[in-house]
Amino acid sequence: MNWGLIISNALYTCIGVQCVGYVMAAIGINMHFGYTGLLNFGQAAFAAVGAYSIAVSVRSLHLPWWGVMLVLAIAPGVMALLLGIPTLRLRADYLAIVTIAAAEILRLVLNSANPKLTKRFGGNDGLQTFTNWVDPLNPFKGKTFHLWKQPVQGHEAFIILIGWILIALVSLAVYLLMRSPWGRVLKSIREDENAARSLGKNVFSYKLQSLMIGGYIGALGGALYAIGGRYAGPSDYSTRFTFTCWTILILGGVGKVKGPIIGGIIFWAIIGFSETFLSEATKPNRHILPTWLVNNNNFGLLRFMIVGLGLAFLVIFRPQGIFGDKREQAFDVR
Amino acid sequence: MSGDPAIARHPLDGVEHTPGVAKPDPILTVSGMRRAFGGLVAVDVDHVEFQRGCITALIGPNGAGKTTFFNLLTGFDQADSGRWNFDGNEIIKPAGHKLARQGMVRTFQLTKSLTKLSVIENMKLGATDQKGESLWAGMFKPLWAAQEKGIEAKADELLERFKLSHMRDEFAGNLSGGQRKLLEMARALMAEPKLIMLDEPMAGVNPALTQSLLGHVKDLRTEGRTVIFVEHDMDVVHDISDWVVVMAEGRIIAEGTPTTVGRNQEVIDAYLGTHHDVDLGETPEAPGAYRSVKDDL
Repeated sequence: MNWGLIISNALYTCIGVQCVGYVMAAIGINMHFGYTGLLNFGQAAFAAVGAYSIAVSVRSLHLPWWGVMLVLAIAPGVMALLLGIPTLRLRADYLAIVTIAAAEILRLVLNSANPKLTKRFGGNDGLQTFTNWVDPLNPFKGKTFHLWKQPVQGHEAFIILIGWILIALVSLAVYLLMRSPWGRVLKSIREDENAARSLGKNVFSYKLQSLMIGGYIGALGGALYAIGGRYAGPSDYSTRFTFTCWTILILGGVGKVKGPIIGGIIFWAIIGFSETFLSEATKPNRHILPTWLVNNNNFGLLRFMIVGLGLAFLVIFRPQGIFGDKREQAFDVR
Repeated sequence: MSGDPAIARHPLDGVEHTPGVAKPDPILTVSGMRRAFGGLVAVDVDHVEFQRGCITALIGPNGAGKTTFFNLLTGFDQADSGRWNFDGNEIIKPAGHKLARQGMVRTFQLTKSLTKLSVIENMKLGATDQKGESLWAGMFKPLWAAQEKGIEAKADELLERFKLSHMRDEFAGNLSGGQRKLLEMARALMAEPKLIMLDEPMAGVNPALTQSLLGHVKDLRTEGRTVIFVEHDMDVVHDISDWVVVMAEGRIIAEGTPTTVGRNQEVIDAYLGTHHDVDLGETPEAPGAYRSVKDDL
């Protein structure tokens, strides 16, 4: 067993570009669900909007970097308005239905084989080579770092650094907002929107603001994910993206600023560790794990089973997540 | 009649005891209000006025449309038609939060204390015109810290008055049913309402707290606020209200002081007879009267 590789790989995935993207998107869901009670099951749509805003505006529209940023600043807001205006006056479950449907519609459009659409969005292959503008900004360009035994390319290291700085800034903003009277109104809407309304709060407006802010954060996550991986493809933004974000959020603690961060690190540490561990343990002639249980071809599936099992136990024995306050926010599993 | 209703009663002396009668100084006037659910007309009120500075009770048998009427008055349900005049302002289609900002704050039959916020946070939420409630100002504490301090002081004062100070930092979910009613009333007062609408303020409150709750309602009148409340308990209605409006089948069938309404034959037929004057267990005609009302509904 190559423990050095296993440990360094786990370290790498739990701070890596994927983790950055998912944590950011989970912070967005925390804004929606943890503080406002909005059931957003379509965070993948916001992440896809973020990723494709950059990819499309570079590849098809040939915009300069500030034009790219402008598109990134507008597109998620438009998306939030389109989703929110018709649904936020309705009961919470309608938003859940609409968001999951919208995310799937968006993914299918991006995935479409229609030549007019593939010209813009790349269809099933997605889009690449839209990150060249990052290179002149990157002080680590051309370098390779070593996280013990795991090499990290300069481009990736740069996005990881920027990503964690942005996560810190966004979390700070969320913290400042949630301790303010604005955050108090949001929490009151989560508890009972009629009570908030009876005290003169414009519930619809606050819900829309929350949806937009969380959507922007999700889009930022998708953008970082795409830039870090130098790839924007429809398969990355399936419902699995959304539900992985939810897993991260529940794992860390709903309604806590550090919840999605801790949850994301733990989630990706488990995924990274189990992947390398199982890959090492199932190598031919190792005889560590019985081959009828798991072999070198199917160990990838086992990782997600482990995570699923862990999550089931968590929800049963610690429904508030690792850092949640049970009195304030817990998953009501009954 | 306990308390000192003489001062408050005065403006309604000489007002006729007929449905829809004009009051000397109405704070809330409603005309032609109608609300139908499919074929069922839940509320059909021609005209009603509520006197400023008085406690008005809204009573009626189950299914009379009190709660629907209440929701319409407070903008929590949309009327099919109707005109409002609240404190001199003509309102066409009221939205709940706008009415609240204009000074009409309601409470709920099933208390809506925000269980996962602390008692003091609940209170602070009630204050209107908070600078920190806008997104941009919220992020920068210096912009709203001073106002917040004032709000907190006011909240503490009200908690003291409602004897909830010891629960200040508890989650509202840890309060008893009666304490939640008190909290809801105290929270409503944070908005400095001119008119407080109480939906069954005594429902689910243990008898020990009832008297203190009644005292608080009377205090509201003493402060010069107007109270409209829905209530089932006739003792409570007799005790605190200056004026009673009786609904049945979506209409207002009678108005008057608690005593005259109690003597009104139509009201007794519709409602009071079954609960108030007649003992159901011993009087043979009571069950029949009750059935006829229910059949009509």
